Parts: sequence; structure tokens; C-alpha cells
Amino acid sequence: MSESVIEVEKISKRYVLGHQRAKGDGLRHAVETAVRRPIEWLRQQKRAALDEVEDFWALKNVSFEVKQGEVVGIIGRNGAGKSTLLKILSRITEPTKGKIQIAGRVASLLEVGTGFHPELTGRENIFLNGAILGMNRVEIRQKFDEIVAFSEVEKFLDTPVKRYSSGMYVRLAFAVAAHLEPEILIVDEVLAVGDAQFQKKCLGKIGQVAKGGRTILFVSHNMAVMRQLCTSGLLLRQGSVLKSGTINEVVDTYMAVGLHHTGEWIRTAALPTRSGIFFRSVKIFNHEGIVSGHLDVRHGFTAEIKVKANGTFSRGQIAIRVTNHDGFVVLTTCNSDSAGDYTPVREGEHTFRVQLPGHLLAPGNYTLQIAAHVPQMELFDLLDNTLSICVEDTGSLRSVFRDERLGAVEPVLAWEDEVSS
Amino acid sequence: MDKLIIESGRTERQYWRDLWKYRELFYFLAWRDLLVRYKQTTVGVAWSVIRPFLTLIVLTLVFGKLGKMPSGGIPYPLLVLCGLLPWQFFSTALSESGNSLVTNSNLISKVYFPRLIVPASSVITSFVDFLISAMFLVVLMVWYQFVPPMTIIWLPLFVLLALGLSVGVGLWIAALMVQYRDFRFIVPFIVQFGLYISPVGFWSSVVSERYGENARLLYSCNPIVGVIDGFRWCLLDGEHLLYWPALLLSVVGTVLLLATGIWYFRKMERTFADLI
Repeated sequence: MSESVIEVEKISKRYVLGHQRAKGDGLRHAVETAVRRPIEWLRQQKRAALDEVEDFWALKNVSFEVKQGEVVGIIGRNGAGKSTLLKILSRITEPTKGKIQIAGRVASLLEVGTGFHPELTGRENIFLNGAILGMNRVEIRQKFDEIVAFSEVEKFLDTPVKRYSSGMYVRLAFAVAAHLEPEILIVDEVLAVGDAQFQKKCLGKIGQVAKGGRTILFVSHNMAVMRQLCTSGLLLRQGSVLKSGTINEVVDTYMAVGLHHTGEWIRTAALPTRSGIFFRSVKIFNHEGIVSGHLDVRHGFTAEIKVKANGTFSRGQIAIRVTNHDGFVVLTTCNSDSAGDYTPVREGEHTFRVQLPGHLLAPGNYTLQIAAHVPQMELFDLLDNTLSICVEDTGSLRSVFRDERLGAVEPVLAWEDEVSS
Repeated sequence: MDKLIIESGRTERQYWRDLWKYRELFYFLAWRDLLVRYKQTTVGVAWSVIRPFLTLIVLTLVFGKLGKMPSGGIPYPLLVLCGLLPWQFFSTALSESGNSLVTNSNLISKVYFPRLIVPASSVITSFVDFLISAMFLVVLMVWYQFVPPMTIIWLPLFVLLALGLSVGVGLWIAALMVQYRDFRFIVPFIVQFGLYISPVGFWSSVVSERYGENARLLYSCNPIVGVIDGFRWCLLDGEHLLYWPALLLSVVGTVLLLATGIWYFRKMERTFADLI
């Protein structure tokens, strides 16, 4: 079972950036320049071929190998090249350089419901979508009942899908795709849709496919799902492979390197000399003591704020406000909280540290607003949304139970169960 | 197990095999377009008869009655319809396949299959329309009690020629449309203009009668001229000789357009997903 089914050798993909094309891509422009100034046009063509400055390399020298039966999780931030890689592997677009060898029939699921036609009925769309995904008529007919049962839309089979609810639509679309039987399956973040129960069903189906010895390449931003489903991982960063190995190693690396959320702000300009309290630096330490904006939902983090106080302020405060991606303020905390009363900030250099416990913030992205002020009186310094953190889902309650629990915070509370028989 | 190799500029090898492998998709796409075409219309498929019927009336009035073009002893509506059928097939195929890649852009950017299938299947859709409208010709012939000559046995060859021409031009336009959306405006213009400069409403021999043989030769450079001449020769007028230069030009033009169309389409195809 250790035969490699996918061998990727030094794949690169170049895109020409939009703004270069924008000025010279219209037909009118092409014709006009070719007619009016043939020599200049030729020169321009030549220059365009040579000019690599405007190019954008979505993938750079990516090499890896996938063995039979492996479930590979491809991890990376937005724009890391994950989708480009999947597109190349599924032959939608060609690599600019490099070579890939694939042994076996590939089916890719980059989007749920590709090719569904709103005017056609559910039944018709099953056939159409199946054909688009590479099934033949006999195969589709054999699996038809299974697909319908999985999708739970029996009653609406002869209704045009434009009348479907979005949930039904997604269920039907996934059901068709789930019944493909390729040797290699490429799946891109398709589970982000549908309700929790259906997601659970989809994950179960993918797990089942994986157990059947098929090779799967899987992209998701949900690290908990990745750890659960995948056997190995591939971490991409700005088009290159940063790490490959077992899924746990790769997820850990991903969490450790602050790829986007740096978790750090350092004043570059000179500190003001006027009266007040001013920030020197703010750092977020994760539970391992590393400066990072990527935090594990299970562990807390420490914020370290260095300030210089020009003067003593009896009611001075350093405050942190945490806002989630919906713009909802989750909490506010300040340096005099533990004293329960105003505490003076004396003249000189200070280092404030505060620890936020684990299992508090729900997984997601947050921005921090940090202020040095005298409440209701004077604002000295404000870092408005300059720092952001990402609480990664590495096993939150919502991923364990796969429920859509609501709430900005996700504390683990002690429940008691008193049984009276 | 055969290995698939993906490399820059190397798709050629698997391409024709894939085209065969995906032949069912070809059928499904055409089937989808046919199913969808007349959804939520009241008269449905009758449109493919109504359209030529109305055009027929207009052209018969304009060229036959107002223009007083020679009919050669044949009921003028029949003459027009024999030109209109291949022309309408060609023009709908042109606009449908021209737009096909752009309207299916979600497929192009999300799934792999030989892209040639998309414009080709829309030509097939137009072809089915053509067959339905052809029924109208049968009705009209019965009405005029007109018996087609023996040359009708050559008709399939001219249908094939029309098909080849439509695919050839369709491929060109589809591929160009991906990069230059200007063709969205150019195509309706070609279609509108073409109806009048092609011999749809009159015999193409009118050109030589009025402007001389050389003018007719020049006129026949439009490859659809040979196709329309051929249709009329098969269906209406078996006694007169076919104007061979037009047919030859048409065949050469079709082969050329088809070959270059496939070449250009294949060349551009690898960048479709990036450009669309």
C-alpha cells in the first residue's frame, strides 16, 4: 500500500497580474496598436514576454508525494496557493513549470453543485452533475437510489432545483459528488456549507471513503476536522511548501508560525515626550511562550504591554477590548480590574501582563483595541485594531459535538449530574 | 494502471482519448440545453418553427415582392426557406457556441473535461433546432405540391458542410470570446448583417447576372454561399448545374476554418480557466 499515486515535481504556476492586463487586454487595444504602431506593438509583445516583474507566482517549486490510501490535508492561509494546487492537480489549469504524475482516476470536488442547472429538476441534475463529474450513465443509474436517499430530497425530485432551499440544494449536490468512486478524490472546503447535521454526515462519508483505501486530498480551514480525518499534511505558505509530514506535526507548525496574525506591535516612531502614557510595544504570547497571534482554543494567552508614563496618573488605565469578527465586543479588561479600584500609574517604564484563560474565546478571529487613558477624562494612546489574533479550533466544544452552539465565549463549565433513581 | 502526466504544454496526448471518455458529457450538455431552452415558454418548441416562419414572410415580401428578384419558376417562399434553413442553423450555432464557454464559466473553472465539448454540444443543440425547422420545409413543399428533384440524395453532404462550417467558426468565436468579450457585440452584428449579404433571400446567380462572373466569384468567398447554393440545388433545382467555384471555395473555407478553429481553440484552451 505504499506505492505513490501522486508525484509532484517542482510545480510552479505563474499568473499575470490584473493591472498589467487591464490596460492592454481589450480587443480594441490589441487591434489598434497592431494597426497603428506595428513596430511598437511588436516591441511591446516582446517586452511583455520578458517582463517578469508584473508576474505573480501562485506556486513556487512545490514538490511532494502522496502514497496510496493517504488522506492528505492541505493547510495554509488564504492566498497560500491551496486552490491553485488543487486546480492543477485536477487539470483545470496547467502548471507553468514542473511535472506531476498521477496514477488512477481523479475526481475533484472544488465546489458543491458545479454545473447544476436551476431550471432542471433534481432528477435531471443528478444525471447532469454526475456526467460533469465524470460518471457515465450506467454508473449514475446504479447509484441513483443511494444518491437520493443520502440527499433526503425524495419528495422534490421532480421539482426544478431553483425552487429548492439552499440546504436541499447543497445536500443533493454533495450526495452526487459523494457517490463518485475515483481512486483519488480532491476536495476543497466543501463542508463549509450546509447545516451541522449534514456536515457531520458528509464528514462521515469522506471518512468512509478514506477507510476504503482511497487517496484523498483535502483542504479545510477547520483544524479539528483536519486532525480527525487526515493522516498526513502539507503546509503551504506563499506558494511554497513550508512543511510536510504527519497531520499533527503540520497543524502544530501552522499554529506556531504567525503567518498572518503576528501578535506583536512595536512602536517605530519616537515616543512622545508630552505628559501621558504611551505604548512601547504589545506582544501576545501563546501558551508555549512564543509571540504569535495564532492561539489554541484550549490554552490561554498572555498579553504583554510595555508603556512609558510621562508623569504619574492616579486614575490612569491600560485597557484591552476584544472584538470578534462580527464587530461584537466580547470583553474589556484593564489593569486596575484585580484591585477593584483605581490604581495609579506612576512615572516611568512599565510592563503590564495579563493572562486570558483557555476555553474562553470561541474559535475565530478577533481584533484587539488597546488604550492608555484616564477614563472619562483623557485618551493618551490608542492602538485601534492594529493587533489581531486568531483562536484556532483545535478541539473546541463545538468541534467535538459538531453542534452550532452560539455564543461569543465558549467556557467549559462544571456540570453536575445528580441521579435520583 | 496508466499514469497521467501533467506538465506544461503536454495535455495533447491524453486530449483525444479524454474527448472519447467524456462523450457522454457531450450528450448531457446538449440534452441540458435542449431541456432548458424552452422552459417557462408557452409555445415551447414551436418557437423553432415560428422564428423561420416570420423571417420567411419578411424576406419573401422584401426580396420577392418589393425587390422583384427572379424566382426561377419556383415558389418564392420555398426558395427563401431553402436558404433560410442553413443560414439560421449557422447563425444560431454561431451565437450559441460563441457564448457557450462564457455561460458555462463555472464549469470551466471548477471541473476538468475537454473544453471542446462545450461549443461543440451547443452546435448540436442548434442542429436539433434545424431538424425541427426542416419539418416546416416539408409542410411548405406539400402545400405547394412541389416534388424535390433526385439531387436530394446529396443533401446530407451539404448538411455536413454546414455542420463543419458552424463548428469551425463556433470554435473560433468561443475561444476569442473568452479573452475578448467584444465578440459579444460583434456576433449579433455578423448574424444580422450576414442575413442580407448571404444569398438567403435570392438566388446567388443574381449576382453574376447583374455584376458579372468575377463578382460572383468574389461573392462566393463567403463560405455560406456554397452551402446555401448546395441546399437549393439539392432541394429545388436539380437541372441547373451547381456553381462549382462557390462549392469549392465553401469546402476549402470550411476545412480551413475547422482546422484552424481546432488549432486555435486547443492553443487557447489551457488558459481558459485562468482568463474566464
